[in-house]
Formats: sequence, structure tokens, C-alpha cells
Amino acid sequence: MSEHATYSPAQGRSAIWMRLLLWTILIVFAIWFLLPAYVVVGTSLKDLEEIRGGSLLSLPHELNFWAWKHAWNEACIGVECTGLEPYFWNSIFMALPAVAISTLLGALTGYALTKWQFRGANIIFALILFGCFVPFQVVILPMAQTLGKIGITNTVYGLILVHSVYGLAFTTLFFRNYYVSIPDELVRAATIDGAGFFTIFRRIILPLSPPIIVVSVIWQFTQIWNDFLFGASFTTGGAQPITVAMNNLVNTTTGVKQYNVDMAAALITAAPTLFVYIVAGRYFVRGLTAGSVKG
Amino acid sequence: MPNSDIKFMDRLARALPQIVVAPSFAAILFFVYGFIAWTGYMSLTKSKMLPNYTLIGFRPYERLFQMDRWTVALENLFVFGFLFIAIAIVIGCLLAILLDQRIRAEGFIRTIYLYPMAISFIITGTAWKWIMNPSLGLEAVVRGWGWESFRFGWTNDETLAVYALVMAAVWQSAGFVMALFLSALRSVDQDIVKAASLDGASPWRIYTRIILPSMRPVFMSAVVILAHLAIKSFDLVVALTGGGPGYASTLPANFMYEMTFRRNEIGVGAASAMVMLATVAAIMVPYLYSELRSKKHV
Repeated sequence: MSEHATYSPAQGRSAIWMRLLLWTILIVFAIWFLLPAYVVVGTSLKDLEEIRGGSLLSLPHELNFWAWKHAWNEACIGVECTGLEPYFWNSIFMALPAVAISTLLGALTGYALTKWQFRGANIIFALILFGCFVPFQVVILPMAQTLGKIGITNTVYGLILVHSVYGLAFTTLFFRNYYVSIPDELVRAATIDGAGFFTIFRRIILPLSPPIIVVSVIWQFTQIWNDFLFGASFTTGGAQPITVAMNNLVNTTTGVKQYNVDMAAALITAAPTLFVYIVAGRYFVRGLTAGSVKG
Repeated sequence: MPNSDIKFMDRLARALPQIVVAPSFAAILFFVYGFIAWTGYMSLTKSKMLPNYTLIGFRPYERLFQMDRWTVALENLFVFGFLFIAIAIVIGCLLAILLDQRIRAEGFIRTIYLYPMAISFIITGTAWKWIMNPSLGLEAVVRGWGWESFRFGWTNDETLAVYALVMAAVWQSAGFVMALFLSALRSVDQDIVKAASLDGASPWRIYTRIILPSMRPVFMSAVVILAHLAIKSFDLVVALTGGGPGYASTLPANFMYEMTFRRNEIGVGAASAMVMLATVAAIMVPYLYSELRSKKHV
């Protein structure tokens, strides 16, 4: 709003002050947001002596990646001294199938609910939608028993099931809101031409879907990778996802507290989702806002 | 093909949408609504270490509300939830308005504000716990600069631990609120804004009279989403304060986990989960109802 209208010198000066104030606030907040990242990376590159003797905010004397290597495949988690590596793969093997299943089912459900409006479709959508907001504490106990009955407690398969089911509510919401804006005429014209449910999905709907698929995949991957509650409730020992293992590593009370290893472990755990965020930030933001700004 | 087969195929094709929706819907019915009923039932039984299906009425709820740990958890949720929502919205709104002033490098700054949303609360908690370390953290640094009374070891202090949770949670979510408000600001009708500014309205008046009022729906969404986040908060407490000192900073979600998995009080754990559900439903159901209704009218 500051560029049209010509300013008198006094107004010009006050505009400069406003600009200065604005930038000061923006930069102070940027520092606040970046402080933990700086501290975590910095601490992970120091050795223990430097951490104890120096300041939290000082730069590391040298780039020492010992803590990273130690956190990756040597540090003790419980009684197993394997580092985070096996748990990292647990999380990968848990997240990839769960993301794929929930995204595919969400796309099909969203498509059927919007383009093939049948009686009760709105009620079904409302019931699924509420599933997004149920506090998971209310499903943990029955889930623990159900997983036990099926015999997949404490396995990656159990977590794949859990994340696929509870991710479904979100993916259905994403796809439903996206497909609502695709004109019904497209589908109607194709039905007249004799195309069926799946043909229309493959030929018309899927080619229009890449943006929302990306949003859904990123959202689901971030949610599942970052989950702690389900991992902590349904797994112990070797089957744990990386977030649970990392928390155990940090809270292991035996031996000397190795802050540099703790911070390196936090960094390793955060790396995949941060990478996704940096590469595809635009879609990430769209996923965040998709749940609240509806079509 | 015989005639009846064709008819069958035809009926099948017509029912296909329902058939495709059925598995997902069945999964949600069973794993969400069935499990809610199951937990509700358990909350009326004398389950201790193992589930026990003998009904004893509302006794687990009575026990729940007699426990000091639960009272503290509820009070903490109230304090934490209120401060978290209020501060995150104020900061998010402020940053969105500032970033909307034709800022050079806007995309870059936005990336910085929003990255905490990509990481787990477990990592946020671990990082801030280290920064709040009393002997090696920020407190020691600032005291070294000469400000001897500076205190930042909040996590080890009974009264301050909850505020440590608020601070970390705001750090994690303020960028999200900013993104929400920024996209709403961008969708405000620019013609009205231009007309008002031609009429000589000051930027302040334009914001308070035209732009902010038009953002009411986004504001509501932000409150609801943050409230929902606050009630579900679990991992942040685990990583940052461990619910301590003692149980001074415990939240309902942590209470539920503790009772169910550590203290062999499954009945009480289930009862606390039902209270959490009721709290979320009290906020979400009216919101979703009005959202779905208003969509029908458009």
C-alpha cells in the first residue's frame, strides 16, 4: 500500500521507519524460528568437551561428524547398540505402504462420493470427516487388542494397518474437496459414451489428479513419519519406528549424557520430512491449508 | 451371455460406486466408531491390567475425577490450550500481515517460518529441552553476557513447565497459522481495498474494517484446528518435560497413556479417553455441522 500516492518528506520518513520496524519484527521472528535448528546442528558437530566448556551458541571449532556416525549405527537404544539405522528402515517400510494404501483408497472414495452421488453419500462423507478429528487416545485400547488378535502386534504390518486406516479420513477429505471442483459434465459426457466407473477414473480423473496426489502423499508421509503415539503404543524393541527409538536414545539414563549424539539423532529423525518440505514446500503448504479452506 | 447375467452385470455396474466406497467406509465404521463404542464400554468395566468385561457402572469416572493427576492434567490443558491458541493466532496473524506488505524475499522468509511444521513434536521437544538445559543451555549463555537473573530452565520448574510446552507448541504451529492467514489475505477482494484506499481510508482502517472482518471463517478454522492439536498433545510433553517435574506438566493424553500402559488402570484410562473425545466433539461437531450446512447453501 506504500507505493502509490506521493509522500511529503515527513511522510516519507515515517514510511521508512515503518519499513524498518517491519523488517526488525520479521527478522526477530526468523531468528526465533531458526534458533533450535542452529543449536541442534551446532551441538551435533561438537565434541563433549567443547559442549561442556563452551557456549550453546558458539560455532563448532571444526566439522566433527563423529556424533552423526555414532547416532546412526553405534548408539545404544535400550540394550541394543545398533544406532538409529534399523529404526530408520522400520519407518521407511511402515510409511511407504501406508502412504500408498491410504492415498489410493482416499482417491477412489473421494471420486465415488463426488462424481457418483448416491443416496447417503453426504452422510458417509460427514462420518468419514469426523474421523479426522477423533483423538486417537479413544481408539488405542481396542486397537491394541485387535492387533493382538490378528497377531500383528509389535510388527511393522500392525503400524501399516493403523496408519492406513486413520490416514484414510484425511486423504478422502483431500480428494473429495479437489474432485468437487472438477465439472460433472466431463463425467456425464463420458458415461453417455459408455465409459464405466473405472474407465472414467483412469482416463479422466487420474490425469487431472497429480497436484492433489502430491499433496496427499506429502501430508501422509509427514504425518506417518512423525507419529509417536501409535509407535509407542503398539511396538517395543526392534519393531519401533524411528521417532520412538530416538526418544529412547535421548532418554537413556545409563552412562555419560552425550548431547552431541542426542542432537545428531534428532537431526537424522527430522531429515526425511525436512527434505520433503524443502523440495516440495508449495504442496506441503497446500496440504496444511486444504483441511480448513474448503472447496 | 444369458439375459439374467446381463441384468446382473448391469446392476453390478450401477452399484459400483457404493461397492468401491464400502471397504473404506466399513474400515472407518469399525476402526473409528466401533472402537469408540468399545472404549466407551471398557470405561464402564473393572478392567485393570487386562481388559475385563464385567460392568461396574460409572465407577471408573468417579475414580478418574478423584485423582489429583487428572485434575492437574485438565487444568494444564486449559492453561496450555488457551495460551497456545491465543499466542499462535496473534503471532501468525501479525506475521501474515507483515509478509503481505510486498516484502522482498517473501518466499524465503515464509520457508523459515513454516519449517517447524514439517518435523515431529518429538524433535521439537528434544531441541527445546536442550536449549532449556539449566547448566548448558540458553540460560547459561545469557547469564554469561551479564544478565545474572535470567531464567530459561523452565522445564525443571513446577510452575514454568507448562509455559515451556506453550512456547514450543507456538514455535511449531505459528508458521502454520501464518500460512493460513496469508492465503486468506491474498484472496480478499482487491477492488474493495482499492476503492477504500481511493476514498482516503488509512491502511490501519482498511485492515481493521475490511480485511480482518472478512477473515472470520479462517480465524474460526485456525481456532478449531489449534484446539484440536492442543487436546491431542502427547509427544511434545513426552519429549520436552516428560510430564514433570512430578506430574506438574502432564496433559490428558499423557494421563491416558500412563494409566493404560504403565499403571494397569485400563478402566480409568478408557474413561479419560472418553472425556477427551467428548471435549473434542463439543468443539468439532458444531463446527463441522455449520461448515457442511453452509456448503449446501452455496
